[in-house]
Amino acid sequence: MRRVTFKGGIHPYDGKDLTQDKAIQDISPKSDLVYPLAQHIGAPATPVVAVGDQVLVGQKIAEASSFISANICCSVSGKVKAIEKRLCVNGAMVDSIVVENDGEYNTVEGFGEKRDYTTLSKEEIRAIVKEAGIVGLGGAGFPTNVKITPQNEDGIDYVIVNAAECEPYLTSDYRLILEKTDKLLGGLKIVLSLFPNAKGIIGIEDNKKEAIKVLQAAVENEENIELKVLKTKYPQGGERSLIYATTGRKLNSSLLPADLGCVVNNVATLVAVYEAVCESTPLIKKVITVTGDCVQNPGNFAVRLGTNYNDVIEAAGGFTVQPEKIVSGGPMMGMSLIKTDVPVSKTGSALLTFKKDVVAELETSNCINCGRCVNVCPSGLVPAMMNKAVKQNNMQQFEALNGMECTECGSCSYTCPAKIQLTQAFRVAKRSIIEERRKAK
Amino acid sequence: MSNLLHVSSSPHIRSQSSTTTLMSDVVIALIPATAWGVYKFGWHAFWLVMACVISSIATEYAYQKLMKRPVTIHDMSAMVTGILLALNLPQTFPIWMAVVGSVFAILVVKQVFGGIGQNFMNPALAARCFLLISFGAQMTDFAVDTVSGATPLALIKNGTGSVEAILAGDKLTVTDLFLGNIGGSMGEISTLMILIGAAYLLIRKVISWRTPVMYLATFTVFMGLFGGRGFDLTYLAAQLCGGGIMLGAFFMATDYATSPITKNGKLVYGVALGLVTGIFRIWSGSAEGVSYAIIFCNLLVPLIEKVTLPRFFGQGVTKNAK
Repeated sequence: MRRVTFKGGIHPYDGKDLTQDKAIQDISPKSDLVYPLAQHIGAPATPVVAVGDQVLVGQKIAEASSFISANICCSVSGKVKAIEKRLCVNGAMVDSIVVENDGEYNTVEGFGEKRDYTTLSKEEIRAIVKEAGIVGLGGAGFPTNVKITPQNEDGIDYVIVNAAECEPYLTSDYRLILEKTDKLLGGLKIVLSLFPNAKGIIGIEDNKKEAIKVLQAAVENEENIELKVLKTKYPQGGERSLIYATTGRKLNSSLLPADLGCVVNNVATLVAVYEAVCESTPLIKKVITVTGDCVQNPGNFAVRLGTNYNDVIEAAGGFTVQPEKIVSGGPMMGMSLIKTDVPVSKTGSALLTFKKDVVAELETSNCINCGRCVNVCPSGLVPAMMNKAVKQNNMQQFEALNGMECTECGSCSYTCPAKIQLTQAFRVAKRSIIEERRKAK
Repeated sequence: MSNLLHVSSSPHIRSQSSTTTLMSDVVIALIPATAWGVYKFGWHAFWLVMACVISSIATEYAYQKLMKRPVTIHDMSAMVTGILLALNLPQTFPIWMAVVGSVFAILVVKQVFGGIGQNFMNPALAARCFLLISFGAQMTDFAVDTVSGATPLALIKNGTGSVEAILAGDKLTVTDLFLGNIGGSMGEISTLMILIGAAYLLIRKVISWRTPVMYLATFTVFMGLFGGRGFDLTYLAAQLCGGGIMLGAFFMATDYATSPITKNGKLVYGVALGLVTGIFRIWSGSAEGVSYAIIFCNLLVPLIEKVTLPRFFGQGVTKNAK
């Protein structure tokens, strides 16, 4: 099969050996469950329960507060203990609903009931996805119901499954493909049913041999679904890289995938769509890869949302050595945690532990103009020049160099021999420019 | 858990390569050419290399200590400059003058402008030109075995008759030029050795093919058109192998700090180098021209970078433009 890809990118050590053969294990929360109201892109959700209320598994406890926002459903049964600010993965104190787990796991009425999606209308499917609080589970957390409700549904040509999982160490999507193939295909078919002209494409990196075999067998008799094998290269799973590799269309920062006739969802998101639509199960669990060189038993765990990360670490056998750094998500784009006493949210797909923080040990030196950042930038930018602009605080120059097209994939920082924190500089510059633009309005 | 973890902006992993590993690769790639020079010219050539390397590193160290800046001699770039300068010298060159050249390269061309990455001229080449101006006689003394001999390029430039005949008059063939059985600056003589080093750099992806390939191609075509001998293969081969262009194309024109960072810029820069080198070789007083061509084109780099900014991914794509 011809492998497709994009220009640029890097080949970091992938570390997937640690967990790729570990089947998904269910774990139960030990302590209180914490549901941050802001764990997606868009406005924070509004609580619909009060302190003292009894809640059930699958019950909506917070509601989308605007068009781009998402519901939050309770993952255990018990009592609402508090609604207060709690420390979150991103290091911020976020308004959260705290639920005391009664350990009964009583469910709301109708929870888990089977449904046939072909008997449902498009509006009903979208309503179910919205009700279930599903957001993009790859990391960005964009509300899925918004994604599958473009202005012109006839204009969608491709529904793309992001099965690239290009971040090193992550294996949760890989395990889902192997263990929940039917649900993944089911989720894809549900989304496809919303778009009369769309074709399904599954994009997967060629290092996932087993998963490719399984998917090949699964799509063999599917006329409208094609499997595309991608070159293993980071950031192959980035939205722009993936759309380009699978369709040849080029997305830039001013466009949404739907503008180019594409709807992209990752594996976990589609499984969640299937479970919501066909099994009446809202988004209450998340598969997380717990890995790195500090945990006793690295593996993939199905965790109830709101579970404290300490419980997750315990399930993985605890630490063998005290980590210096822990990252929620992949090593390229994930967020480092201040401490592990934070809840699992919809967007974290891994917990990565590092004995040594390699970044802290590195000394930054002068840019030698070697051009490696130019070679690896998937957005075709010149990071070295952008960095000079940022250093001089020349935001106009940063914009003139198309700095706003940066996707913060981290490839330039990764590859820089002078160990300059390029991505970080661009992240800060982009934020400040967006802030300025907002003020100017 | 009371102790806090490390927090930093992503990415949280880094590649193994560093400025030091890149510069070490350049040093490794220079070994064949250097070894050949020492083999051909003997111990004095060896001491010249040592003198340039040691004085380059010592100058960098002393300057940084004096200015209370972080000492960066471990990045190996001073060593690269030292070796390159030595390779650009005739084998009879006095040691003390080589030391003067090294101090000039590191102090005036590199450190005063802010150290590694900040210089706008290639330090070794700027120093070569400085030495040419200061010690012209010694810089052009390519005597082998006490018989003062002109370089093949000078012979061809000033000679009449076919290139083969001119070379034969000095008991040379093009093969000698390629292998390095000729007089000249000690690191420039053997095209073969330079190409071995260049292949290593290309395979290790330390340098890009863009500038050297465009440089050599443009130069060859230019010499064919305007060299006065048409596309005479022997003439063109002598032009490519007989002077400093091979070392210049693969080791000087690819110098990171003084060449464009953009991909198209590297191509344009290569073309500019080919043209300027051709002009110098044909119409200037000297038979050579690579050093001046490169430091001249170094000055064009900011301009080249400006006009060769790459198109970003998806540039010009608008809504519904599928």
